[in-house]
Amino acid sequence: MVAVTLWGSLAAVAGGKDKLDIEAKDIRELFRKLAEQYPAIEPFIDRGIAVAIDGTIYRDTWSKKLPEGAEIFLLPRLAGG
Amino acid sequence: MAGIAVSTTINGDAVEYLCQPDETLLDVLRDRLGLTGAKEGCGTGDCGACSVIVDDRLVCSCLVLGAEAEGRRVETIEGMAHGDTLHPLQQKFLEHAALQCGICTPGFLIAAKDLLAKNPDPTEEEIRFGLAGNLCRCTGYDKIVRAVQDAASVMRG
Amino acid sequence: MNFDPRLTNRSFSAVGTRPIRPDGIDKVTGRARYGADFNMAGQLVGRVLRSPHAHAVIRGIDTSKAEALPGVKAVITAADLPDLTGGDSALYDILDNCMARRKALYDGHAVAAVAAIDARTARQALKLISVDYEVLPHVTDVDEAFRHGAPLIDDAIFTEGLVEKPVKPSNVVKRTQFGHGDVHKGFGEADFIVERSFRTEQTHQGYIEPHACVASVSADGMAELWVCTQGPFVYRQHCAQLLGMEASKLRVTSSEIGGGFGGKTHVWAEPVALALSRKAGRPVKLVMTRDEVFRASGPTSATSIDVRIGARKDGTITAAEATLRYSCGPYAGGWAEVGAMTAFACYRLDNVRTVGFEVLVNRPKTAAYRAPSAPMAAFAVESSIDELAGKVGMDAVDFRIKNAAQEGTRASYGPVYGPIGIGPTLEAVKNHPHMQAPLKKNQGRGMACGFWFNFGGQTCVDLNIGMDGSVSLAVGTVDVGGSRASLSLVAAEELGIDYGQVKAIVADTSSLGYNDMTDGSRGTFSSSMATISAARNAILILRERAAQMWDIPADDVVWEKGHALARGEKYGNLSPLSLKEIAAQSGTTGGPIAGHSELVADGAGVSFATHICDIEVDPETGATRVLRYTVVQDAGKAVHPTYVEGQYQGGAAQGIGWALNEEYIYGKDGRLQNAGFLDYRIPVCSDLPMIDTQILEIPNPNHPYGVRGVGETSIVPPLAAIANAVSNAVGVRMTHIPMSPPRILAALEAGAGKHDA
Repeated sequence: MVAVTLWGSLAAVAGGKDKLDIEAKDIRELFRKLAEQYPAIEPFIDRGIAVAIDGTIYRDTWSKKLPEGAEIFLLPRLAGG
Repeated sequence: MAGIAVSTTINGDAVEYLCQPDETLLDVLRDRLGLTGAKEGCGTGDCGACSVIVDDRLVCSCLVLGAEAEGRRVETIEGMAHGDTLHPLQQKFLEHAALQCGICTPGFLIAAKDLLAKNPDPTEEEIRFGLAGNLCRCTGYDKIVRAVQDAASVMRG
Repeated sequence: MNFDPRLTNRSFSAVGTRPIRPDGIDKVTGRARYGADFNMAGQLVGRVLRSPHAHAVIRGIDTSKAEALPGVKAVITAADLPDLTGGDSALYDILDNCMARRKALYDGHAVAAVAAIDARTARQALKLISVDYEVLPHVTDVDEAFRHGAPLIDDAIFTEGLVEKPVKPSNVVKRTQFGHGDVHKGFGEADFIVERSFRTEQTHQGYIEPHACVASVSADGMAELWVCTQGPFVYRQHCAQLLGMEASKLRVTSSEIGGGFGGKTHVWAEPVALALSRKAGRPVKLVMTRDEVFRASGPTSATSIDVRIGARKDGTITAAEATLRYSCGPYAGGWAEVGAMTAFACYRLDNVRTVGFEVLVNRPKTAAYRAPSAPMAAFAVESSIDELAGKVGMDAVDFRIKNAAQEGTRASYGPVYGPIGIGPTLEAVKNHPHMQAPLKKNQGRGMACGFWFNFGGQTCVDLNIGMDGSVSLAVGTVDVGGSRASLSLVAAEELGIDYGQVKAIVADTSSLGYNDMTDGSRGTFSSSMATISAARNAILILRERAAQMWDIPADDVVWEKGHALARGEKYGNLSPLSLKEIAAQSGTTGGPIAGHSELVADGAGVSFATHICDIEVDPETGATRVLRYTVVQDAGKAVHPTYVEGQYQGGAAQGIGWALNEEYIYGKDGRLQNAGFLDYRIPVCSDLPMIDTQILEIPNPNHPYGVRGVGETSIVPPLAAIANAVSNAVGVRMTHIPMSPPRILAALEAGAGKHDA
């Protein structure tokens, strides 16, 4: 079980909740479960969501394990210049 | 349209070509003679990436017509080194990392060569104003100025 | 990925030195080939026809006269680029931007293109294309476009992210929000509050090399593209999708690149060149003129930002909020969102809220510009921080030190920070001699902090060891500023050999697996990680080969300082085998020796910088002179310190131009007035002083050598540092970038918002 915080705009499509408890062992499972519970999140996942685990941002490593008790934060997937 | 026949000297070699009346020297160098060292950054004489020396005068080759090279001496970046010996400016640019992407580098080297030919012991301010006709977007000019200072010192012996 | 990216090395022999780069000689002799330096036999010249209107419906295009002109081999319009985007709206926007499908959305929008036997014929052909435009009202200003009643750019856009779903279309694409705590309560606790609005004008990345490519499509559907790009794999993907080709059939080779800074991270004219080549059956060379680069390739956003920050008497910030309006051009983007994320990222805040609005305008499609969106937000916030420090009565640096984010702080954009460098950069600035240098009349000093993310991404590297012991390193990240040298140092370090034995090249898309582009300060960070991984894989093989040559078990062989050593007393008579010696025997020990790596480099961390600037203002003309500039930034580990300095100086110089001079100027007719280097004035050599740099090295725990990305962060503080310097010099708070002479004079005359010295 991990506690996931969603940034403002994502919370809006998750029924207004910005903190969710999800049972997921890695990022892939997290996205799958989120999409199951809140279908409106799916376009955000397609566009790209970055996952911050204890402050480090992961953009593509969907197999990254979510440690028990880690702080998980979902952010828009950014690019640079 | 019939071309204009031009006989000129480029980096010490006798060169002949045909060009259109409205073709620039830059176009001739790059598209007819395969000398792509001079670059087109703007086509309007504002960036200096096309700098060459014609009869000992620093010019933007995008503002010189191909036909104007008739009977003159043209020096481009390709003629700056002697065989496999780099010109001190070229060597110092490398040592000081005075280039990042390098697109402005040929223009700067030609402009710096001209500057030092006319002023072998320039102050930092004289270097900065002397090179103000060449744009660089990567380096902020710091290492370029240091490279020119170092090369000038080497060239003074 | 079974590669452990965690920090292990702390002492180095090659990394940290300053050798000459491998591509250097070609660049100082004019031999290096950039986008426009390549030619193919039989190539045609491509030229693009562009809309002279800021906003117009394209009722029809008649290309018949152009097609009939002798020497013209192909003419295309959007009809030749069918929509194959499969519902991907971002890709559709790229397609429409490459060639307008329904409407011309900005002055310079491509509407048709020709390929002809020479430039003169191509130019003539463009003149023979007639376009029937129905001109529409336009809007180019971000605040005007934001208002109700502004001309609508896309009537299918309904603002996303609003509490109540809107019923009317708008130019505001979306609203995004970040933050935590209760700002209302926080402001209630403040003894001092600063509230201001700021504006920044649109600027261009200003790379000296215009976009250029040579495209060649063969009758069998195979294609080649030579192009200056920051991301050959991204270009391949975009072009293949838009042209309906399989990606594997399109081979993209990146030329040397003459600057990108984010502007060459997606396609602008390359699909057009490929479509022309396909239609004409010949290669097509398409080079943008400088005018086209400004009118039709990626400027950054223009912004309008409101900031409110409150602090207690003791200097603790109690609340901070910002509303940020960013222009994205005529297509949706995520620029305001990023601005909203970075705005307060430097600070430790209990109560913070940022709201971003993405606004459509009739200007070219906004593209990334080195730490995109962060400089503008930093300008607004850091200016306000300075003003607030003044009200509280604290020194500008001390105020920031007091409120700086640290390990364990919840970032204003959400996650909690690990070890970060902002504290150290502030301390370094506080103690820097620049801060003590005396100032004269009309001179002011300013400092500011900046934050930027660093990215990792998909990365592949091939490391091949030749029989003569030379190491060939093929990477997929384009070299924008010397990374071939840095990556060679990393390979040399890991293998324990001389830098001179390693030769790095940038491979084309057919020779390596997918690589994300060189952006997000990821070039050296991610390719070095993959290089280390590839080198370690090669070392496994080198040990096995040595074991074979000695006829001992591989487990008894170790690799040290470029040599295989037999570990154990019983092997006392075996002298070490060098990489060269093992390579020389590779033909009979199993064939060529190589190490490969395909990985996702993540965990790049975030990056902080603090800048100091001294400016002199001429009160009669408003002209400014930059007297002194210092950059302090954390690099984690500087692989090639000279190139790291170069990134710091380059970002600072771009920021200086942006702060003092550069802006897009539009007329009432919606046309860009200054599409050239004469009137779009970037800094020249005589505008700048030497730019001092201090590289801090707080190792990144998620990289074996501690490397952090460095390329972008240095453009984030300058707008604010310079604004603070000018404000201090003239005694008036500057709120509009660029602070060109007319704006400074106007501010002096208005004497508006005098702030406490």
